[in-house]
Amino acid sequence: MKTASLPYVEHHRESLEKGVHLRIEVDRAARAPITAFFVTAVFWLLFGSLLALVASIKLHTPGFLADAAWLTFGRVRPAHLDSVIYGWCSAAGIGVGLWMTSRLCRAPIRHRRLLLGSAVLWNIGNAMGLVGVLGGWSTSVEWLEYPPLAALVLTAAFVPVMIEAVSMVRRRQPGHVYVSQWYILAAFFWFPWLYATAQVLLFWQPAPGPAQPAVNWWYAHNTLGLWFTPIGLASAYYFIPKVIGKPIHSYYLSMVGFWSLAFFYAWNGMHHLIGGPFPAWLISVSVVASLMMFVPVITVAVNHHLTMRGNFDALRWSPTLRFVVFAAMSYTVVSLQGSLTAIRSLNRLTHFTHYTVAHAHLGMYAFFTMMMFGAIYYIVPRLTGREWPSATAIKAHFWLCGLGVILYWVGLSIGGFKQGLALLDSDLPFMETVKLTLPYLELRSWAGTMMTLGHIVFAWSLWRVLAGRTPATGKATLLASQSAA
Amino acid sequence: MNNFRIIFLGFILTFASAWVGLAVLPSRHFATLQTVQDPASGAELPPPLDPLAQRGAQVYLANGCVYCHSQQVRPADAGSDIARGWGQRRTVSRDYLRDQVAVMGTMRTGPDLSNIGVRNPSDSWHLLHLYNPRLTSPGSTMAPFPFLFEKVKVGPQPRADALSLPAEERIPGYEVIPTDDALALVAYLKSLRRSAYSLPEAPLPKD
Repeated sequence: MKTASLPYVEHHRESLEKGVHLRIEVDRAARAPITAFFVTAVFWLLFGSLLALVASIKLHTPGFLADAAWLTFGRVRPAHLDSVIYGWCSAAGIGVGLWMTSRLCRAPIRHRRLLLGSAVLWNIGNAMGLVGVLGGWSTSVEWLEYPPLAALVLTAAFVPVMIEAVSMVRRRQPGHVYVSQWYILAAFFWFPWLYATAQVLLFWQPAPGPAQPAVNWWYAHNTLGLWFTPIGLASAYYFIPKVIGKPIHSYYLSMVGFWSLAFFYAWNGMHHLIGGPFPAWLISVSVVASLMMFVPVITVAVNHHLTMRGNFDALRWSPTLRFVVFAAMSYTVVSLQGSLTAIRSLNRLTHFTHYTVAHAHLGMYAFFTMMMFGAIYYIVPRLTGREWPSATAIKAHFWLCGLGVILYWVGLSIGGFKQGLALLDSDLPFMETVKLTLPYLELRSWAGTMMTLGHIVFAWSLWRVLAGRTPATGKATLLASQSAA
Repeated sequence: MNNFRIIFLGFILTFASAWVGLAVLPSRHFATLQTVQDPASGAELPPPLDPLAQRGAQVYLANGCVYCHSQQVRPADAGSDIARGWGQRRTVSRDYLRDQVAVMGTMRTGPDLSNIGVRNPSDSWHLLHLYNPRLTSPGSTMAPFPFLFEKVKVGPQPRADALSLPAEERIPGYEVIPTDDALALVAYLKSLRRSAYSLPEAPLPKD
């Protein structure tokens, strides 16, 4: 172009170069703490997958590994959940959230040692918690099984994350505040508030027995809604425009999406207690709030879709985009499904069945976990200066996990639905409701095996990068040629 | 919207409203709930757990029974719980007043246990069932709990507390003896009679 000498182009180039330098500085500062969160997160992902397989097999083959107390179903199952929720998802979320905040505030991470300490402490907390659950000191409160002491360590580990997030926001360079920043900063405050509330009201100053399930499910559902969902959506808002090189479709839609989520999601949770011994207003509030979730979900889905429109071809070559778009689409499906399941007439059928378990995996896996995979594929080469070892490995990871979770969700949803119908039919002996789920539970074990294999491939890729066995950045590892488009 | 202070205030207000509504209020709401006296017998309802059953409740928590068994009876229009014989009446808040950890549950891979002490009060059945659920309930997928039992060499006299196993399950020269944890767990299960009594707000149906 002949315009290269025009002053505004010169200015643009200068600011571009400044931007590149700043990004390099941001990534260099983030390198040690964020890598520490990612690597340990992947360790707990593998550990949690192994526990998941053991628990899954036990449900159709109860004699499997039945002799040892620490391997009994009622310990392995919560250990799986806690390992993937706190060990993997939360640690990956902290890493991705801090990195995006640093990039968006254009403020390099300052408290590197403190954050490294936080990563170490976070892992100590998880190790303590899992030893506790497997060793027989589980609280048996769903999503909060870790003994309270381990929970205290996790809470302490979270403090530096909040300090750094605030510090970065205070040091941010002037300019527009992007929607991802709101989501992440909010999540970094909502999560500790939720977690501390649950710990106090359930274990330190326990609420009366009849109130406990309300606190329990307010926490469990809002960890999903106000911790994982904001981090996941912040990632979608960040990585979709980044990869396709086009701004988000509508700033106003993103505002509506954020504030309606903040307002309605926090009132969810009590719909897990439909039919239980609770005042009607308590449950009705959550049913209504659940249905109101249509607003943020559809807003976000429309905004993301309109951003992607005309750029779907990029899914062929971009590893990040492929995972992120799969995750964003799953978010829409899981949220709409969740709202519908909160309706009393449908809940009557699905409550107490495997249908809920399938739904939970659509949320925490097809949405959140896939989102984190996509984010990590983007971030790690920028932290380490090294590319991913193999496009084939990334493809294998995507298809094993993507198809695996679809198989998991479809199979177990059908099985759970049939189980629900059978449970409602009081003429049918209970044992029949057990028998009819067996083929679907076996299918789930196969689906889980696929997902676990995907995780092993992912861990291998990460290991190669960190061991310095892959080429230095320059030519990104893409899934297909970009020019063929 | 570029002012972080206002955005931050928004985070706090949206969250705090639900925090008050769904965490603080329910905890307060139930704090005034008291036990009641049975007008006929003068006994306190719900009845307190004896120490062995209390220990059994800990075994129940430690081994995650809640992941397959609920302890709540929904009203007749909300499910088949009453029709299945899981309780004569729905369970109400007061029924959980004695619980250190209220394990109402969210899953029914196995049947509801609110009233298992009414349905099945037999020690020997429960012990055999915990040792190997398939012995008492063919087709069951419940986890066996062999670690709640000890294999002990047969002495000159067979022990009275040994499990009476079917021939193919016996181990020659050994007896299977329940541990204290197994006995405590059975005591707890037998204590579960959550809707076996009338409460002012939840009377038993009259036949």
